[in-house]
Amino acid sequence: MLKHYEISGTDFSAAGEASSNFKLILKQLGLPADIVRKVAISMYEAEINTVIHGGGGTCDAEISDKSIVISFNDNGPGIKDIDLAMKEGYSTATDTVRELGFGAGMGLPNMKKYADDLQIKTTPGKGTTVVLTINL
Amino acid sequence: MPYFHSVTLDQNKCHGCTNCIKRCPTEAIRVRGGKAKIIKDRCIDCGECIRICPYHAKQAKTDSFDMLKKFKHTVAMPAPALYGQFKDVTDVNKILTALKQIGFDDVFEVARGAEIVAAATRKMIETGTLSKPIISSACPAVLRLIRVRFPDLIKNILPICSPMEAAAMEARREAILKTGLKSEDIGIFFISPCPAKVTSIKSPLLRDKSEVNGAISVADVYMKICNIVKTLNNPEQLAKAGLEGVSWARSGGECKSTHTIINIAVDGIGEVIKVLEEIENGNLDDIDFVELLACDGGCVGGPLTVENSYVCSNRIRNMISLDPETKPLENLNESCFLWKRTLEPAQTMQLADNFEEAMQKLERIDKIWGTMPKLDCGSCGAPSCKALAEDIVNGFATENDCIFKMRERVQNLAKELFDLESSPRGTDTEDSRPD
Ligand SMILES: Nc1ncnc2c1ncn2[C@@H]1O[C@H](COP(=O)(O)OP(=O)(O)OP(=O)(O)O)[C@@H](O)[C@H]1O
Ligand code: SF4
Ligand SMILES: [Mg+2]
Repeated sequence: MLKHYEISGTDFSAAGEASSNFKLILKQLGLPADIVRKVAISMYEAEINTVIHGGGGTCDAEISDKSIVISFNDNGPGIKDIDLAMKEGYSTATDTVRELGFGAGMGLPNMKKYADDLQIKTTPGKGTTVVLTINL
Repeated sequence: MPYFHSVTLDQNKCHGCTNCIKRCPTEAIRVRGGKAKIIKDRCIDCGECIRICPYHAKQAKTDSFDMLKKFKHTVAMPAPALYGQFKDVTDVNKILTALKQIGFDDVFEVARGAEIVAAATRKMIETGTLSKPIISSACPAVLRLIRVRFPDLIKNILPICSPMEAAAMEARREAILKTGLKSEDIGIFFISPCPAKVTSIKSPLLRDKSEVNGAISVADVYMKICNIVKTLNNPEQLAKAGLEGVSWARSGGECKSTHTIINIAVDGIGEVIKVLEEIENGNLDDIDFVELLACDGGCVGGPLTVENSYVCSNRIRNMISLDPETKPLENLNESCFLWKRTLEPAQTMQLADNFEEAMQKLERIDKIWGTMPKLDCGSCGAPSCKALAEDIVNGFATENDCIFKMRERVQNLAKELFDLESSPRGTDTEDSRPD
């Protein structure tokens, strides 16, 4: 099953809606609590990054009987140094974004921790694709 | 076991409007055949529908004073929210004495149960074995909400019984010692601010049987003792709970008593849901303790109370007879106050027992939902177009329940009839075929 979400880069109040909606689906499917938690945390972090760093984009999530694959795409500034971005505490978040409670530099490390697989494809100046896989 | 719910519907008073279906936090109400219907597995007894129903068709089932006659010795256990119901009454002893005057043999304050739970909580937090953020277990509506909508957060809930059960255990022990009677001759009556507590007595989730025998609403007790309380002069000195326990009636009281530094107290079902979503997303992992109360302001805002919750809250803060120091409870054995059972997730969100079937249903829901007007008008009796789509797939409704779909159908039918009528052959009623 495929789910498609548009992620607004300007409406911060809508940030997190895609993950919230998808979480509900997992519960309706009767997936176990630890799977729901892994998806909830990693997907939420990726969605927020798409909003605050990527300037909005899209999310496509696919559920099969073996895994859940969620990819976020944006046409934002891209990530110059992925290894640096993966470090706990590294953040380029602006002051405005920090005031909203983001920018601890924990998003990517958390995705790495909670998803079974994390793939990042990024081109500076062009955009970023983040693919999360959670095995069932 | 048949599932008891305190929240029920009076069919005669229900107009079949859509107020309650929209307000219910677990989408547990539908209007069918012109009357509201509560889906039992989903109802968490929060009482939101009781508050919103303009025709007072939603009620809370509680026990009557007649039930006292069944026991040789009765103990009233007032929830601390009762203390704030009376204008110009600042002495808890007056309220407790009045309870004895209307027929109870003794009183035991639930606020003391709160002090027991507080002490047990502090000890348990010290062990450092609990998953953060620790979610309070005091409000039964919240427990049921987590069970229905956030089963993945069950592991964060503090596995200690409610102040009401703790108080009842102590009250029973005390009564047996005092009277020498057998346990079954002692009737413990909780004076309840809410239907959720009543349900937790009649259908407990965390133990086989509640220690409480009956539940009478704060409102019913208020009617009986209001005048006595106001005219009473020399009350018996019965109050034993301190400000710590009594403060559990207000949002923030429990949080304070945990002695944690990083804690939040959240009240009101809508806010509670938002915070549970955030905990699920891993946003609040740095918080030690989260107090969640379903009613605005905490139990002072319970659906079965009389007084305005803000006023009630303020009165409790100003009760002069309350000792701000809590006396440590002697020989407290915390292990007695742990849950007797684990909290099982409710399977009500799950569309089917197996993954494949659930997936197919989900796809059909999406398909149907795609063709719906997405007005969430409620005319179909479901709270949203999405909920109707789910009902259709689950076999509880049909597409014709949607008035817009119905209109579309009627229009199409009318058009077909019209086309039939105006077509040259359609008007030709005589059979022109050769014999
Ligand atoms: N989609 C993206 N587009 C551009 N840059 C990104 C994107 N995602 C992450 N980054 C960069 O990687 C850094 C680290 O991301 P990470 O999610 O770990 O931390 P954060 O978003 O800054 O803070 P937090 O997630 O804790 O709120 C970001 O500050 C940003 O510079
Ligand atoms: S907040 Fe208090 S009064 Fe309201 S439902 Fe929960 S326990 Fe009952
Ligand atoms: Mg981030």
